[in-house]
Amino acid sequence: MATALIYAEYKDGKIKKITHELIAEAARSGCEPVAFLAGAGVEALAKDLGAMGAKRVILVQGDALKFYSNEAYGKAFVEAVKSVNPAIILMGASAQGKDLAPRVAATLGIGLASDCTKVKIEGDKLKCTRPIYAGKALADVEFAGSGPQFATVRPNALSVGALQEDASAAVTNQPLDASALKSVVKDVVRGATAKLDVTEANIVVSGGRAMKNSENFALLEALSAVLPNSAVGASRAAVDAGYRPHSYQVGQTGKVVSPTLYIACGISGAIQHLAGMRTSKVIVAINKDPEAPIFQLADYGIVGDLFEVVPLLTEEFKKVLGEH
Amino acid sequence: MNIYVCIKQVPATETKIKINASGTGIDTTGIKWIMSPYDEFAVEEALRVREKNAGSTVTVVSAGPQRATETIRTALAMGCDNAIWVETPEETDSFQAAKALAAVIKKEAQPDLIFTGKQAIDDDCAQVSQLLATFLEIPYVTVALNAEYGAGTVTVKREVEGGTTEIIAMPTPCLIAAQKGMNEPRFASLPNIMKAKKKEIKQYKMADLGVTDADRKIKLVNMTLPAGKQAGKKITGDAKAQAQELARLLHTEAKVI
Ligand SMILES: Cc1cc2nc3c(=O)[nH]c(=O)nc-3n(C[C@H](O)[C@H](O)[C@H](O)COP(=O)(O)OP(=O)(O)OC[C@H]3O[C@@H](n4cnc5c(N)ncnc54)[C@H](O)[C@@H]3O)c2cc1C
Ligand SMILES: Nc1ncnc2c1ncn2[C@@H]1O[C@H](COP(=O)(O)O)[C@@H](O)[C@H]1O
Repeated sequence: MATALIYAEYKDGKIKKITHELIAEAARSGCEPVAFLAGAGVEALAKDLGAMGAKRVILVQGDALKFYSNEAYGKAFVEAVKSVNPAIILMGASAQGKDLAPRVAATLGIGLASDCTKVKIEGDKLKCTRPIYAGKALADVEFAGSGPQFATVRPNALSVGALQEDASAAVTNQPLDASALKSVVKDVVRGATAKLDVTEANIVVSGGRAMKNSENFALLEALSAVLPNSAVGASRAAVDAGYRPHSYQVGQTGKVVSPTLYIACGISGAIQHLAGMRTSKVIVAINKDPEAPIFQLADYGIVGDLFEVVPLLTEEFKKVLGEH
Repeated sequence: MNIYVCIKQVPATETKIKINASGTGIDTTGIKWIMSPYDEFAVEEALRVREKNAGSTVTVVSAGPQRATETIRTALAMGCDNAIWVETPEETDSFQAAKALAAVIKKEAQPDLIFTGKQAIDDDCAQVSQLLATFLEIPYVTVALNAEYGAGTVTVKREVEGGTTEIIAMPTPCLIAAQKGMNEPRFASLPNIMKAKKKEIKQYKMADLGVTDADRKIKLVNMTLPAGKQAGKKITGDAKAQAQELARLLHTEAKVI
């Protein structure tokens, strides 16, 4: 049975959904999912990884791992690869995964398929598809040479399985070698809001220039508030006008998102905006101009005034979600 | 200080992408080529550091086919002192590019600082910066929002999710991969554009640098354009009816809420 080594990520004491997705895919395909968990005082999370389907957890702990750094985490991860000898390595295409994965690939002398939107494990083969040219094209990835097949995967590309609360993973403690580290993480400054990032959200509600001011974004925040696992995003026009900070920007020069549902409110659909959201599974556009280019990409379109539609939609979503 | 900046030539953002016959690359006819936008921030940052440190030089390095020299000229016109071009075939991967860049830097003056962009907007890999730093065994920070330069150290602010930032200190030599907004890239002045035309570009070939086909770890195949979407559903009626219908469709048809 092929082994898949999965880099576990967590935030505020909770394993991230992307990690669950990766473990679930490995388990579904009949691989043995082994999770790599690093940090300081994180041993309790090993149980959660077991519930997600990990058979084994490689646990590395120490003060040098209190904050993520590519150097300390990279060193520990490479050690884990050498001891586990996996056929497949998976990380989330998150801030950490994107920073870390190439370092690991360089050290091991293997290839890396980054930022994949489709991943499937078949036997011991990793099949990946990734967007290129800002999503204007897609390509399959072929790995040359021997060694593990390695990919980073965009959040929300894979489905998660149900948690098995009674399942547990065998934990192996890996010693930490924190000698000769060059870089130091001085501080981690949390964003003003502890909100979910647009890149991780399952549903993104974005506003454009039509929002007119930052106060009106409260309408979108209210809509987002009724949708679990959702976040608010913005077009560049809205960011440039100062309605929202740059960390909200979706598009070519902002974040690239692939949520299950993307709701564009008062966004025209410029090519640079589409570059950031075209891989979303379902796209909804609310725009008062029936000719707006966003409608060409939208699965569902509402021609109308967002100031009228959005509050009503918030009410309707509440009703639909309340039925459970 | 010896400052390097690595730049990649890519199709302009508004390019309509067409796939070549073998499905392993794009059809390059008629494409307008530009410096990858994040690399402009890298060039600007390199120039600013040089301006604050008398006696420093900025060397621009780019690996690519012949046409990459045009983009190297753009960097020279912005103010880079020296230029190096690594001639490569049309299709190479990140591993090969990074290995070539590392070999060049090892042959040339010892680096103090290396600047790159966080991502090249053609293959969108976001790998070469980290690979290069790892091959050179120097520390790096990616997605850099700003950097403060001290004696032998650099403190960098790195953007992560949710508007959170990490403050990382590292010794030189080190590599910094620029995020948008790190600075305001300058435009090349006309006299500088003229001067840049005459500057020498030093040339290497992949083979001179020990980079072979075996260093190609990844191949992109079966390239396709995303399936054209069928026309979506336009939901009609008054605002109330539209909202109701959309909620129903998302719940029962698309099953996403
Ligand atoms: C190099 C480069 C990089 C770029 N990067 C990005 C990027 O990362 N992200 C990005 O988004 N853009 C980016 N852009 C900008 C992009 O080209 C567009 O200018 C921008 O996306 C427009 O934003 P918008 O749709 O909010 O505004 P507009 O294009 O002005 O559209 C506003 C829309 O709102 C509609 N509207 C107005 N009032 C209402 C109402 N009451 N109810 C409903 N609808 C209404 C209008 O019909 C219109 O369609 C970039 C541009 C360049 C050149
Ligand atoms: N062929 C290349 N020549 C020089 N620099 C490159 C090349 N490819 C990538 N880079 C640098 O590495 C960064 C990240 O590129 P990539 O990994 O291709 O997304 C770019 O912004 C450039 O600074």
